[in-house]
Amino acid sequence: MRNQNSCISIQHVFKQFGKHEVLKDINLEIEEGEIFGLLGPSGAGKSTLIKELAGLDVPTSGENYIFGERMPTLKLMERIGYMAQADALYEELSANENLQFFASLYGLKGKKKKERINEVMQLVDLSDHLNKPVSNYSGGMKRRLSLAIALLHEPEMLILDEPTVGIDPVLRKSIWDAFYDLNRKGTTIIVTTHVMDEAEKCDRLGLMRDGELIAVGTAEALRNETNSDTIEQAFLVYGGATS
Amino acid sequence: MRVIALTKRILQQLIRDKRTLGLLIFAPILVLTMLHLVFNGDDYVPKVGLVEIPEAIVDQIDTTDAEVTIYTNENDAQQAVHSEEIDGYILLDDATTSAVFLEGSDPSVNSATLRWIQSAFSSLQQGESAAQFEIDYLYGSSDMGPFDYFGPVLLGFFVFFFVFIIAGVSFIRERTTGTLERLLSTPLRKWEIVTGYVLGFGIFTIIQSTIIAWYAIYVLNMMMVGAFIYVLLITLSLALTALTLGILISSFANNELQMIQFIPIVVIPQIFFSGLFNLETISDWLSWVGPFTPLYYAADALRDVMVRGHGFGEIFVNLIILFGFSLLFMLLNGLALRKYRKI
Ligand SMILES: Nc1ncnc2c1ncn2[C@@H]1O[C@H](COP(=O)(O)OP(=O)(O)OP(=O)(O)O)[C@@H](O)[C@H]1O
Ligand SMILES: [Mg+2]
Repeated sequence: MRNQNSCISIQHVFKQFGKHEVLKDINLEIEEGEIFGLLGPSGAGKSTLIKELAGLDVPTSGENYIFGERMPTLKLMERIGYMAQADALYEELSANENLQFFASLYGLKGKKKKERINEVMQLVDLSDHLNKPVSNYSGGMKRRLSLAIALLHEPEMLILDEPTVGIDPVLRKSIWDAFYDLNRKGTTIIVTTHVMDEAEKCDRLGLMRDGELIAVGTAEALRNETNSDTIEQAFLVYGGATS
Repeated sequence: MRVIALTKRILQQLIRDKRTLGLLIFAPILVLTMLHLVFNGDDYVPKVGLVEIPEAIVDQIDTTDAEVTIYTNENDAQQAVHSEEIDGYILLDDATTSAVFLEGSDPSVNSATLRWIQSAFSSLQQGESAAQFEIDYLYGSSDMGPFDYFGPVLLGFFVFFFVFIIAGVSFIRERTTGTLERLLSTPLRKWEIVTGYVLGFGIFTIIQSTIIAWYAIYVLNMMMVGAFIYVLLITLSLALTALTLGILISSFANNELQMIQFIPIVVIPQIFFSGLFNLETISDWLSWVGPFTPLYYAADALRDVMVRGHGFGEIFVNLIILFGFSLLFMLLNGLALRKYRKI
């Protein structure tokens, strides 16, 4: 019953932490080569869902399929680039040492490793700060370094939890250009975001609230369906807030 | 290869953190030095009073190792004990019966005073007829001090203590900064994480135990009749158990402070069973705990080598048990990591 083209298939996924139900019957198909945005207020369950896709957690019930295989497996995790909501970096080490370390974990070595490190650092505009200790980085720089690490091993799928928080509009635009670039080469991208203008840039959007996926569709479709001018308004309508 | 990357990163982090590095090496050295000075300081010189003792006898007493004061009546002597001018006095009623009165509040002072009185008067009473015993030692010698006996235990204890803390805290940090989750989102296997940690800290521990053991033996002159390489082998296997246990315990702590809270529960009690106190006098209610503590085996093996001069044959059972502990803790670590990733 899985869609042929879909590279992510979420089927009846529930997640409970103790008594607290964080995901409630999530069903979603994401196609190969899509940029899919997950939108929702704080605490809606976006990170929880995304962690399951990255293989870090398992649903209480229901299944997640990636590339037709049930998550989690180490083989699949090798094909995914994940960036967590919180920067997970070794602050004592330099950016280069961080990159070297994660590159080795993904099996990159020698010249290829060096090349990739230079490429991703250029992409996030940090080439000049390669040998700085991460503890001397600013918040936005750390965010960009985390992104660079997620891109290192050229994954087929990118799962990014609020990748552009704390990054200025100019840089944000250049990062999105990079996303489009990767996307054109066939990378599927899933991002969570709070920023509405970013939502407009996604091929399709999923709106989440209180653990439920309340609407899925293109930005345009969502706006039309709710007779709103902006995604923000559409979001409020779906969310039950009357304007 | 992924294990090597992890090992390399841990070493890089350790080298960057100069303070921790210093703590791991110089703190044990500092404490061992202080203990050496405490135990091997000058012998206590007891202050003894002599009451109503005929001058003929006084002349014969060897008074070199004590401060002797002569009193003509017992009341004066008693006054002096009360005001802590002397530690005790001896009263000679006639040639055969004598009484000793001690201040008594400090056991070590008591025994020093008694020892002096015994030796001073035994030579006096028995004179030339006293039987002379020739004393031989199977192990150790008459020069062996408390530091020599405690030393091997303390050496083991400090290596254990510091490795336990550092390994535990660095694993907690890995968890609280989110890097553990980040690691687990890569195809790194759980056993690879545990092995990487063991190798990284293992390499560092080799260096650390070598320096500390070398210092204790060759600078502080801790008694050492066996081979240095065995001492290294034992401290290293003990450090390995400390490392794996530290990582394991850290999964029950949410922050550094909670890790510290485990010290009185997990680390300190091990001293009681390590031979610092005589094992046979420990209450039966408690003595069964000893064989479950790694330090018990390490201290025994260290003493075998350093004091008794034994070789590999005598210590290898202890070494195997220590490695067994490490292996068990490593397996449990793998299980504990399931909390963060199911596969
Ligand atoms: N490990 C956990 N244990 C217990 N509750 C959790 C756990 N992880 C998440 N939750 C709960 O699940 C809910 C959803 O959290 P989640 O992090 O998925 O939200 P989010 O949509 O990503 O929010 P934000 O936009 O603020 O990042 C929250 O109520 C949170 O308290
Ligand atoms: Mg989140």
